[in-house]
Amino acid sequence: MHLTVPVRPAYQQLAHWLDTVPKDVLDYRREEAEFIFRRIGITFAVYGEAASTERLIPFDIIPRILNRGEWQKLSRGLEQRVKALNMYLHDAYNKREVLRAGVIPEDLVFGNPVFRPEMNGQQVPHDIYVMIAGIDIVRVDPDNFYVLEDNARVPSGVSYMLENREIMLRLFPELFVDHPVAPVENYADDLLATLKSVAPVTSSGEPTVVLMTPGIYNSAYYEHSFLADKLGCELVEGRDMFVKGDMLYMRTTEGPKRVDVIYRRVDDDFIDPLAFRPDSMLGVPGLMSVYQAGNVTLANAVGTGIADDKAVYSYMPDIIKFYLGEEPILKNVETWRCREPDHLKYVLDNIEKLVVKEVHGSGGYGMLIGPAADKKTIENFAAKVKASPEGFIAQPTLALSTCPTFVEEGIAPRHVDLRPFVLTGRDKTRIVPGGLTRVALSKGSLVVNSSQGGGTKDTWVLDR
Amino acid sequence: MRIRIAHETAYRYDTPATKAIQILRLTPRNHDGQYVVRWRVEVSEDCRVEPREDAFGNITHTFTVDGPISELSVRVAGEVETHDTDGIVRGTREKFPPSFYLRQTDLTTPDKAIVDWADEISGKGSRAALDSLHAMQSHIYSNFKFDVDATATSTTASQAFANKHGVCQDYAHIFCSAARHLKIPARYVGGYFLRADGIVDTESGHAWTEAFLHDLGWIAFDPANGICATEAHVRVAAGLDYLAAAPVRGTRYGGLGEDMAVKVTVDQAGRQSQQQ
Repeated sequence: MHLTVPVRPAYQQLAHWLDTVPKDVLDYRREEAEFIFRRIGITFAVYGEAASTERLIPFDIIPRILNRGEWQKLSRGLEQRVKALNMYLHDAYNKREVLRAGVIPEDLVFGNPVFRPEMNGQQVPHDIYVMIAGIDIVRVDPDNFYVLEDNARVPSGVSYMLENREIMLRLFPELFVDHPVAPVENYADDLLATLKSVAPVTSSGEPTVVLMTPGIYNSAYYEHSFLADKLGCELVEGRDMFVKGDMLYMRTTEGPKRVDVIYRRVDDDFIDPLAFRPDSMLGVPGLMSVYQAGNVTLANAVGTGIADDKAVYSYMPDIIKFYLGEEPILKNVETWRCREPDHLKYVLDNIEKLVVKEVHGSGGYGMLIGPAADKKTIENFAAKVKASPEGFIAQPTLALSTCPTFVEEGIAPRHVDLRPFVLTGRDKTRIVPGGLTRVALSKGSLVVNSSQGGGTKDTWVLDR
Repeated sequence: MRIRIAHETAYRYDTPATKAIQILRLTPRNHDGQYVVRWRVEVSEDCRVEPREDAFGNITHTFTVDGPISELSVRVAGEVETHDTDGIVRGTREKFPPSFYLRQTDLTTPDKAIVDWADEISGKGSRAALDSLHAMQSHIYSNFKFDVDATATSTTASQAFANKHGVCQDYAHIFCSAARHLKIPARYVGGYFLRADGIVDTESGHAWTEAFLHDLGWIAFDPANGICATEAHVRVAAGLDYLAAAPVRGTRYGGLGEDMAVKVTVDQAGRQSQQQ
């Protein structure tokens, strides 16, 4: 079983192993992996699919490998980017110098539905807004990493990173003997340390951290329960907590217990019916009052959407320069903002070559991949863009890097991206080496989202 | 003019509630047109009432009460000295630049009907902004039927516009929706209004709007009365829509068979006509 394309140095040893291992062994291991995933029940839900609410995410047994040098550059770039994101958020909700300086158009912030006026002038502990960021990275050549998207609200997927490693260790222990793979198992410890470090200054003793979930019908519920278990903290829903006299408590069998830090996986809109959507049943009435009083920390903070919005994305290089006075280490994909008339014209003229995305879409929903779409689809989409240009951005289709992937016809190249998780605490930034590699399983496809049939791989950062 | 205000909300439960939490926006602040002489917030149950300022510069009071609660009343009362400023509102606490108030919300996002109406009134932008605002105010005042049963607090501007029925809150939403569409910053204002017809007891406060013009600043339009704000208006809270300026946002746990009674008295201080 020979790979016909040149092999990156980091893959040398793995390539040799793949050459020598009999195909039926790989087949067998793959079945075993699937069996384990089914047994432990790692699933996710695809919205809008009636057949079954829970699906198994396809796992590819061939790891994606980065060497130490590549990772070091990448992690420096990630740290830089998230630092700038946090400074931008603090500024946007306080002095707004970024708007005054004209770095970002005012209406992109003020007119943005994810801008939360309620956060205006609100101090958050230690000025950290994004404690957990998932930055989607793609690679187009050996030297360049591009950020495809910042996820600064409630990024998910880290449970797959951890499970994928566990499975690889179980199925291919021999590979870990030959490869000095940096561990990821400490992610939960890092996350807990991060969350505790941002506890309110008013909390006494060891801060109580909880993980707040919208409940079992959420597509990432599995991850919520998995992470709560790994963190050793309570998995709570809104109804398990209540506000009393500017403090937040959870109900326990031993009576009410003060909550200091919420790792919340509930969107802003739903966390407090007295501040946001009044019809929300998922939140805690009065939570924002406790937050305003500085007696609870929300991770991530409320209102971080203005940092990962697809329209704001195109300004990220300027944001980094504005706050840090540095050149961005990670590149931005060239982006046309349909809100600007000349950009709109370009996009409509070249739509069949571009990827057009809804500014507020996520998970691969609401986007057009020009080269892969038929004429009718393109026409319909162009009409949508014309009707509300400010709702769309466009980017060139990138020649995404590929990674050997075990598919029906054997081992073949498939496009991948990478979502490393960046943890920002009061004391330091922590990034577990690697992240979640997502792979587009169908040939030539560029869509890696699990909701669109993508799979995952273990990601190895070699300590050499 | 000195205006005396008392606003009481009383809740009764057949089955007592176990817990309650409320956020009140019921305390006026000073601005060039009004001076708060005295003001009290009273909650019938024993609790700590936390005063705070919200993101729009309104004063809030937050309290939580532990049950069993079979009766709960929240009462604010005080006196405010007002004078006429020709509808121009100055000296308010501003937390955002006026352009922020171009932002539409779920309650104000205009549908085609409101867009068409606003475009027609403004002559597609050819008419002076101040004239357009006055025309919108008059149009709402003359063509909409005041009807407390037609709408609820969750009624959107578009729904109320289609109904042609509603209350001051709906008119304010329609006005904000249309003004923002015309790129004129506009906001929702909650407060009290001393009626000209001598009626002092009502079951709710009042709501109107403020729109911003570069040469004049914020101007208060009251579509429910068809006039710009006068010394009869007492401004309490402002925001993007009703939800941001709501007098009370609260939740109770448990508690069945709720009966809620609101009593608002707005009278000129010194006048004895409201004696009961």
